[in-house]
Amino acid sequence: MATIIEPTIFELSSPGRRGVKMPASDVPQTDSLPQHLLRSELPLPEIAEVDVVRHYVKLSKLNYSVDEGFYPLGSCTMKYNPKINEDTCRYPGFLFTHPLQPIETVQGNLALMFELQEWLKEISGFAGVTLQPAAGAHGEYTGVLMMAAYHKLKGDTKRTKMLIPDAAHGTNPASVGMMGMSVVTIPSDNRGNVDLKALEAACDDSVVGMMLTNPNTLGMFDENIEKVIEMVHGCGGLMYGDGANLNALLGIVRPGDLGFDVMHFNLHKTFSVPHGGGGPGCGPVGVGKALLDFLPAPLVGILEEGNDDEAPFYGFITPKNSIGRMKAFHGHFGGGMVRAYTYIAMHGPDGLKDISQYAVLNANYLQAKVRSHYKIPFDRICMHEFVAEGRFEGSDVRALDVSKRLMDYGFHPPTNYFPLIVPEALMIEPTETENKDTLDKFADALIKIAEEAKNQPELLHNAPSTTKFGRMDEVKAARELVLCCWLPEDYEAMV
Amino acid sequence: MTFIPTSPAETEAMLETVGVKSLDDLFDAVPKKHRFPKLNLPPALTEMEAAAHLNEMAMSNENVRQDLVSFLGAGAYNHYVPSVVDHMLRRGEFYTAYTPYQPEISQGTLQAVFEFQSLMANLTGMDVSNASHYDGATATAEAVSLAYAQYRGKRKRIVMSPALHPQYRDVVDTYTQGMGIETVGDEETNLTLSPESLTSYIDENTMIVIIQYPDFLGRIFDYKKVIDDAHAKGALVCVVANPTALLMLKTPGEMGADMVVGEAQPFGIPIWYGGPYLGFFTTKKSYVHKMAGRLVGETMDVRGQRSYVLTLTAREQHIKRERATSNICTNQGLLALAASVYMSVLGKEGLKEVANLCYQKAHYAANELSKLKGFKLFSSEPFFHEFTLECPKPASEVNQYLLDHGILGGYDLGNDYPELKNHLLVAVTEMNSKEEIDALVEVLKEM
Repeated sequence: MATIIEPTIFELSSPGRRGVKMPASDVPQTDSLPQHLLRSELPLPEIAEVDVVRHYVKLSKLNYSVDEGFYPLGSCTMKYNPKINEDTCRYPGFLFTHPLQPIETVQGNLALMFELQEWLKEISGFAGVTLQPAAGAHGEYTGVLMMAAYHKLKGDTKRTKMLIPDAAHGTNPASVGMMGMSVVTIPSDNRGNVDLKALEAACDDSVVGMMLTNPNTLGMFDENIEKVIEMVHGCGGLMYGDGANLNALLGIVRPGDLGFDVMHFNLHKTFSVPHGGGGPGCGPVGVGKALLDFLPAPLVGILEEGNDDEAPFYGFITPKNSIGRMKAFHGHFGGGMVRAYTYIAMHGPDGLKDISQYAVLNANYLQAKVRSHYKIPFDRICMHEFVAEGRFEGSDVRALDVSKRLMDYGFHPPTNYFPLIVPEALMIEPTETENKDTLDKFADALIKIAEEAKNQPELLHNAPSTTKFGRMDEVKAARELVLCCWLPEDYEAMV
Repeated sequence: MTFIPTSPAETEAMLETVGVKSLDDLFDAVPKKHRFPKLNLPPALTEMEAAAHLNEMAMSNENVRQDLVSFLGAGAYNHYVPSVVDHMLRRGEFYTAYTPYQPEISQGTLQAVFEFQSLMANLTGMDVSNASHYDGATATAEAVSLAYAQYRGKRKRIVMSPALHPQYRDVVDTYTQGMGIETVGDEETNLTLSPESLTSYIDENTMIVIIQYPDFLGRIFDYKKVIDDAHAKGALVCVVANPTALLMLKTPGEMGADMVVGEAQPFGIPIWYGGPYLGFFTTKKSYVHKMAGRLVGETMDVRGQRSYVLTLTAREQHIKRERATSNICTNQGLLALAASVYMSVLGKEGLKEVANLCYQKAHYAANELSKLKGFKLFSSEPFFHEFTLECPKPASEVNQYLLDHGILGGYDLGNDYPELKNHLLVAVTEMNSKEEIDALVEVLKEM
C-alpha cells in the first residue's frame, strides 16, 4: 500500500457534510422534469468549507512556483508575474461583463482590446493583430490556416509542404499535421543557424512556407535571418514566426521589419500573464499586409472616429477573406488581455527594451559562469536562453539527473531533452526578473553538481532527496492508467 | 526597469563577466538597419497610475452585477462563485507554476488535475476526462479530431445538429478546413424537427454526430435513439453538454455517448467578457489513446508515496510532432482548479441547490412571460434554465427596449437563424431574484 500524503477530495468526503449553501427559492415551486430525464445519482464529494480550504492549501504547498524561487525553464519565460495584474483583471467592470452584451455597454473592454491590438502591432512591426487565439499552439494553427487560405485564394493548390527547422517546438509540426500538410525538416548549421544549403534545396513551388523560431530554441539569433526569409519568399512561400522567444526582442528588432508574414505572441510568456500550472495562456497573432484580410473574425475596430471631446466608438469588424472563428467569443480577455495590457502600460517603450536587454544579459552571464563546467554546443553570444549538455566524460549521469539534483539545491530545473538536436540538453532561460545573487547561486549549484557527477554520481541518481516526493514510476502510471478516483462508498461497491 | 532587480553596478560587473562593453553590444547578430527600433507607445505608468487607468476603463462598461439585470446566456452564464474559489486561485503556488513537467515538485497541480478529471467523469457519466481544452467550442472541434483519428481519416462526414451553438459550429468548420470532409444536417429547416431526423444523414462514411444537451434553444431531448442509430452505422457521438444542467439531468454517458464535452465556465469562472473559460472533454476508456490534451495518472514515487504524473504523453505534440492528433500544449489548468474548488465547496447538496434554483426560476420566468399578450414559448419540450421566447416584434427591438430599462434581455436568435428573428433566448440562473424576473415581465407588458 502506498503512503498517502494528502487524500483526494473524494476520500475526504463523508455523507451529510455541507459546504456553501444556496438561498431558498423565492419563486413558486414548479413540477420537476419527467423522471426519465433525471439523473439517478450525483456521485460528487460532500465536504465542509474548512476542509476544502485545507485540502487545496496543502496541495498548493506541494508545488514549486515563481513566487517561491528561480524557475529557469527554457522557452517558457517564467518571469515574475506582477501582483497588480491580479487586481486589474478582477475589476468588476471586466469580471462581470457578458461577451454578447451590446457593444455600447462594453466600450471600456473594446477600447482595451483595440489598444492592445495596436500596441502589439507596434511592438512587432505587423499590420494587423487578432487577439482571439487562446494559446501559442492555437495561434500557430491560426497562422497555418491563414497561410493555406492565402495560397488557396491565389489558386495555388500544389503547395503542401511546410519547412520546419530541426530545433523547432513540437507544436509547429503538430499544427501543420492538423492541416494535413507535410513537414520538411531543415537542419541547423554549426553556428546554430538555419542551414542555407539545405534550405535552398527544399525551396520550390510546393512550399507553403516556413515556421521559424527566432531566436531559435538554442537561444541563437539567426545570423542569416534576412537571407532565410528572402529564400522562402523567393519560392512563393510565407514566413511564420514562432513568438515563444519574443522576450529577447522587445525594442531590439521587430519581426515584421525582418520580413516575417505572421507570428503568434505568447502573452503568458513575454507579457507576464501567469502560467497557472498549465494555463490559461493567450496567443494573439500578428500578420503583415499579405495576410491582413485572412485574420480570424471578429477583430475590434473603430466604427466611428472620436474627437477631442469624445472617445472613438468601438465595435467588431470581419476581414474580407477571414478564415473564420478560432474559438467562442473574443479570446482570453480577462485572464490574458487585461493582465498583458497592464504590463505593457507599466513599461512603455524604454521599459520594454530593458526587459529584453536584461533577459539577454542574464542568460549570457549564466552561460559565462558555467561554460568551463558544461559543454555549450553552440557557444557564442546567446539571446534570452542557452543550451548546455547535461553529460560528463567518464560518468553515466544524464541531463535528467542534473535536473533532479537541482531540486535538492532549491531550484526548478531547466527544460530537459529539448531541443532534440543537442544530446542531453539542458535549456536554461533565466528571464530579466532575477537578480545577480540568484544567478550566482544557481551557477554555483550547477558547478557543484558537475563535480558531484564525477565524484559522487549516486547523489544525482538518487536525487531529489530533499523534496517531499522522490522520482515517480512513470511506467506504472501508463500501464495501469488510473485516471480517476471515486467516492469511498462507490469504490467499495466496485471492488 | 519596472520589475528588473539589477543595479547599475551589478550590470557593469555582469557585462564584464560576459565580455562585452554595453547592453547594446549583446545584439550584434541582429541586422543593423532594423536594430533598436523606436517604439511609438505611451510612456510607462507607475502601478498607481496603471490601476487608476484600468479602473476607469472597467468603470466605463456596464456590468451585470452593478449596472444591468441580465437574462443573457447563450454559452456564458452568470452564476454565483463562492468566495473560497478565488482565494484558492490567488495562491501564487498554483497560479505562478508551469505545466507540471517535474512531478516531484508539482504534486499540487497534478493531484488537483487528477481530481478535476475524476469530478468531470462522474458528472458526465464517462470513464475518463482530460485536463482541459481552451473552451467548449474547441473541445467540440477536438472531438472531431478524435473521430477523424479513430477512422484514420477514412470516414469523411460530420453530422451536426443545427441546434448546436452557432459559434461552436463555426469553430468546427474552421478547424476542419484541411481535413477534406463534409458537414451535413445543420440546415435551419431541421431546427424544429426531432433529433431523430438527424438519423437520415448518418451513413457508413459518417465519423461523428454532434448534438447539444440541452440544445442551443434550451430544449432537452433524450438522445438514446439517435446515439443507437449512429452506433449502428459505426459513427461516434459527441454530446456537448452544459455542466449545470448535468447536475440534474440524466447523463449523456447513460444514453451511450462516446464523448461528452462542453464549457465548464458556469463552474466557478466569471463571465469575464468571454474568457478565459474552461473546455472539458470526457470519453470512454477505449478512446483514451486517441484523446488530445494532457492527462494525469496515479502512480507511486520511489519512497512508496502515492503520487501523480502526466501520462500517455506519447500521444502529444512534443513527442509525436506532425503525427499528433492535436497540437494542444498550454491548456486551462488554473480554471480546471477553479471548477474543482467550485464543485468541492458547494458539494453534492450545494450543487443540487444551484441546479434547482436555476430550474425553478427559469420556469417561473417562462410561465409569467408566456402569459403576456403576443409572447409564447417556441417549444413545448422540457427545458432547464434557458428557453426560447417568441416575441410580438423583432428580438432586436425588444432587447433595445429592455436595455433602455436597464435589462439585458436575452440572446437575439435572429443573429444566427433568420426565421427566428422574433425570438429571444432567455437564461435564468440563481442570480436572478423573483423581483428581477417580475420587473422583466412588467417592462415587457408595457412595451
